[in-house]
Amino acid sequence: MMRRILTSLLIASTGAGLLGLAGCGEREQTAHYEDGRYRGKPDTPPYMAAPFGGDVMKYENAMRTRAQNQNEYNRID
Amino acid sequence: MARMKFICDAERCIECNSCVVACKQEHNIPWGVNRRRVVTLNDGVPGERSISAACMHCSDAPCMAVCPVDCFYKTADGVVLHDKDLCIGCGYCFYACPFGAPQFPQDGAFGLRGKMDKCTFCAGGPEPDGSEAEFQKYGRNRLAEGKLPACAEMCSTKALLGGDGDVLADIYRQRAMARGKGSEVWGWATAYGRPEGKPSAPRPQDKPGPKAPANGNGGKS
Repeated sequence: MMRRILTSLLIASTGAGLLGLAGCGEREQTAHYEDGRYRGKPDTPPYMAAPFGGDVMKYENAMRTRAQNQNEYNRID
Repeated sequence: MARMKFICDAERCIECNSCVVACKQEHNIPWGVNRRRVVTLNDGVPGERSISAACMHCSDAPCMAVCPVDCFYKTADGVVLHDKDLCIGCGYCFYACPFGAPQFPQDGAFGLRGKMDKCTFCAGGPEPDGSEAEFQKYGRNRLAEGKLPACAEMCSTKALLGGDGDVLADIYRQRAMARGKGSEVWGWATAYGRPEGKPSAPRPQDKPGPKAPANGNGGKS
């Protein structure tokens, strides 16, 4: 009799433990985000245009010089 | 490569709207589309501040993230552009943009919302540089001509600066140092607040010792 009670208690506790572990199998709640990739037409960089002819350094120097034109402290002394 | 940015100095902006006009005129922008606009805070109150706002060409642009057809791309200069042939005019980018930069032409019947239009940093779009197709869809490509955006170059008080972020930061720093104030007007502390009781950084003229040079660059010319 005692043995049967112990067996049933063991089965019940094992079942409860398994049920409790089932909670650990929760699925991810956040959406998986995939980075989009540009699907339009390719664009040519500005330094490929006629004034620069593909010379990146020439383009960057021109941009830097042009940007410094916005600094009026360069014009006064 | 450069990282193209705009910066607007609220201490200098006089709300003349010449940047808005320059943009409209340069790109032949239709009625109802404003790639750039001037926003005034505390309008009519003494001490009001104005700032010129357009696409900020974000480093991590939310418009690019939400576009369902992936029509956005970023150039090597850091300019955020889009392909109008691919755009479906859904307006997601408008909701995502914190600056309200994406614009939609609404000149048709029944509340038609056309393809998105926004500031291109005067860099055109994915059409041959300087072509008629590029001008019709995106406006003039000034970068390919070795020029900077028309709005910044047109600004009469040089409140609006455009170009490589590093160069602009140097210009602005020199300016703020020379006048002894300004960086606190539109900056981190204004946007996010300053902790209670923490004073702002002392101005150069408040500091004891030799006075800051007039040109503000440490005496170098």
